Amino acid sequence: MAGNGKDGKVVANVVKAAVDRYGASQDELIPILNEVNREIGYLPGEALNEISRLLRVPKSHLFSVASFYRMLSTKPRGKHVIQFCESAPCHVAGGREVWIAVKEYLNIDEDQTTPDGKWTLLTTSCLGVCGVGPVMVIDDDIYGNVEPSQVPSILEKYH
Amino acid sequence: MSTIKSLDDLKRAKEEALKKRELKATSGAAQVIVGMGTCGIAAGARDTMKAILETIEQDSITGVIVTQTGCIGLCEREPIVQVIIGEQPKVTYGKVTPEVARKIMKEHVKAGKIVSNNVINL
Amino acid sequence: MKYYRSHVLVCVDPECLKKGAHDVMDAFQDELVAQGLIDEVQVLETSRIGGCDHGPELMVYPEGVHYTNLTPDDMPFLVEEHFLKGRIAQKFVAEEKAFTDEELSAPTAKEIRVVLRNCGKIDPENIEDYIAEDGYQALGKVLTENTPEQVIETVLNSGLKGRGGAGFPTGKKWEFCRASKETPKYVICNADEGDPGAFMNRRVLEGDPHSVIEGMIIAAYAIGSNQGYVYCRAEYPIAVKTLRIAINQARSMGLLGKNILGSGFDFDLEVRMGAGAFVCGEETALMASIEGNRGEPRPRPPFPAVKGLFAKPSNINNVETYANIPQIILRGADWYASMGTEKSKGTKTFALAGDVKHTGLIEIPFGLTLREIVYDVGGGIKDDKKFKAVQTGGPMGGCLPEAYLDLPVDYEAITKAGSIMGSGGLVIMDEDTCMVDIARFFMDFTQDESCGKCTPCRVGTRRILEILERICAGKGKPDDIETLEYLCAQIREDSLCGLGQGSPNPVVTTLKHFRDEYEAHIFEKRCPAKVCKALIRYEIIDGICTGCTVCARNCPVGAISGERRQTHVIDPDICVRCGICKQVCNFNAIVIN
Repeated sequence: MAGNGKDGKVVANVVKAAVDRYGASQDELIPILNEVNREIGYLPGEALNEISRLLRVPKSHLFSVASFYRMLSTKPRGKHVIQFCESAPCHVAGGREVWIAVKEYLNIDEDQTTPDGKWTLLTTSCLGVCGVGPVMVIDDDIYGNVEPSQVPSILEKYH
Repeated sequence: MSTIKSLDDLKRAKEEALKKRELKATSGAAQVIVGMGTCGIAAGARDTMKAILETIEQDSITGVIVTQTGCIGLCEREPIVQVIIGEQPKVTYGKVTPEVARKIMKEHVKAGKIVSNNVINL
Repeated sequence: MKYYRSHVLVCVDPECLKKGAHDVMDAFQDELVAQGLIDEVQVLETSRIGGCDHGPELMVYPEGVHYTNLTPDDMPFLVEEHFLKGRIAQKFVAEEKAFTDEELSAPTAKEIRVVLRNCGKIDPENIEDYIAEDGYQALGKVLTENTPEQVIETVLNSGLKGRGGAGFPTGKKWEFCRASKETPKYVICNADEGDPGAFMNRRVLEGDPHSVIEGMIIAAYAIGSNQGYVYCRAEYPIAVKTLRIAINQARSMGLLGKNILGSGFDFDLEVRMGAGAFVCGEETALMASIEGNRGEPRPRPPFPAVKGLFAKPSNINNVETYANIPQIILRGADWYASMGTEKSKGTKTFALAGDVKHTGLIEIPFGLTLREIVYDVGGGIKDDKKFKAVQTGGPMGGCLPEAYLDLPVDYEAITKAGSIMGSGGLVIMDEDTCMVDIARFFMDFTQDESCGKCTPCRVGTRRILEILERICAGKGKPDDIETLEYLCAQIREDSLCGLGQGSPNPVVTTLKHFRDEYEAHIFEKRCPAKVCKALIRYEIIDGICTGCTVCARNCPVGAISGERRQTHVIDPDICVRCGICKQVCNFNAIVIN
């Protein structure tokens, strides 16, 4: 559906709200992109057009910034985004087994989205909670001390 | 708390804050402090906190102050709950699941009996 | 509600019972009654205090005193001394606290807490708690008693060096920025703590955010700035939230904003979040990111003190550096300089990780040796295995072998040894670690995080990774070591920023100290630590295997065959080396060759 993002939000409205909140200046670009990415789930071309117009910043610059940062995406993402910590402390604490369990449960690989659009699986750099590794983040919820057997029950909480 | 406009205000603010803290200690009230850093939350501190608040309500426990603190550096023992009753030294509990939290509230905070199995000796 | 001032735990494990624990307990309670203390002291039965070898034993809380080797006859004396007179009865105190499975990473005697002093003690979302701990007193002192030059002098005299990694003297940095005439000036806090396994900044931001804010206001006063930014990585949403609350509280109390403490000095602070890019921890990349650009580093000079954020003079320090400042102001430069070594003063936080018994954060004065850190503070190697190496300084750091264990840890010694201090990550590795695999792991990280601006780092790290992957896969070529050394030297010389220049470090140091492991992989197609999957085989030993079929039933790929009660066999072509069979075998019949 053109113009609509996650949960039917209108892209132009989301962009306008973000720009109003932070101010139409280039040094607010990353906060604005973060918010739009968060609200819509990714940064559609339409959103970049709109930001470009409001901030008077060339679209090429927006694209160069959006493609640089790991947390910004120009491709659609699933309804829920899993970020799995791939750092050494989680890795040695059994992270690899949990990673395999997540991949098997969703039947997708890293950087992929399930065909039904429900899940996107990403890796993240260290979340700094190594004492409770392995760690993964689903949307805004952080899960520590995850064991492979807990994966289904954690994922089933999300609809 | 009012604004601090001068050094004297700052000194007064410190005295007030210390007085409040002393009052907490001498009133015999129990302070329950939950570690709510990212590590604590990842290990389930939100559920622990919920269990503590529920137990206070269900058992009508009075004179309890529930606060939070950051990461104390014992991440592998999270969720961590610290209990201070009156002027007694602080007792630190580790791996406090909601069940353990309920036990701590009922046995330690309410009845003064330390739940020894989960004590971390600092 | 009944309050006991003391709680006594009596161990009633079978062994202690055999030695008369109940008799001791009865005598103890009788004595409490006799001395009128029974209402004040609660006696509980428990198990496993830790020293059943020396039972019967008691643990007394809140003091946490552990009395051992007790008899009923000792009780009158013990009760009188400890519970009536309040003195610890030294002659019964256990020689060493023997916590068997409850190992601790709490402050040990060798730790000194300056930066972490409030973490876990105060409510970070309540500014009153910070004020009660002398919070903002240093700011008050500076604004009413000191000129900016005096503040800089105090920081210079303290010997504080930037805790972000490079170790540049903080006072000097401030001096340079103060000397820049252009305005406005900016104060920036680098909270983009990206080294895997290092989370000391997260802990300070989440546990004691006001100490960072106060440090930044003091820095702003010293250099003449009215606007500050904290750049925090997006992976730390809770730290950002806590910091924002703290800033709002400070602002509403007038500690941030116009005319702070009636001094006429204005300063305000904003939090900026990253969006997931490791290189943004590099100061010029960080500033590019705040400006709304790709976080790519630029060449220095000009240094940020001259042309920084928005091309204006800027001072950038990390979280830990700022958090030290209020304490230095309050307790004096001499106090701070009294800790540490000749050239590295004060304390440093480290994140202990890997194969050490107590993982977690520590804060120690500079000058402790690696051995003291690993064995005294960290409790030694897990499962009492052999120490192999310690990796310092994060992904751009190096691996130091056993020969360096007695190295005193400070900026100079670590650099001399070929590694870096970095932000303070210490990964301890035991004998089961393959150093080639470790080098590959870190190279994978830097290769992934290279921003791509300069060729040596972008392409060079990729080439190194490919060679290391080949070596780990058993396809190393004879001239690989030479090629690696050449590539490392090139990248180190020609990269633009610290990330690129430091990226070969894990390879350089492992090549230097563990060259034999590279050679074993390349020439003998053998992984000495038995880690690299292409170079190992799981085998079942004939004669030990009982044919119980547990391994065959648990193998996820069906690589194990064999009749019940017959020795089983693993087919190496099907086996994926997951190690599950070895874990489930009850007879230790499976070995790695």
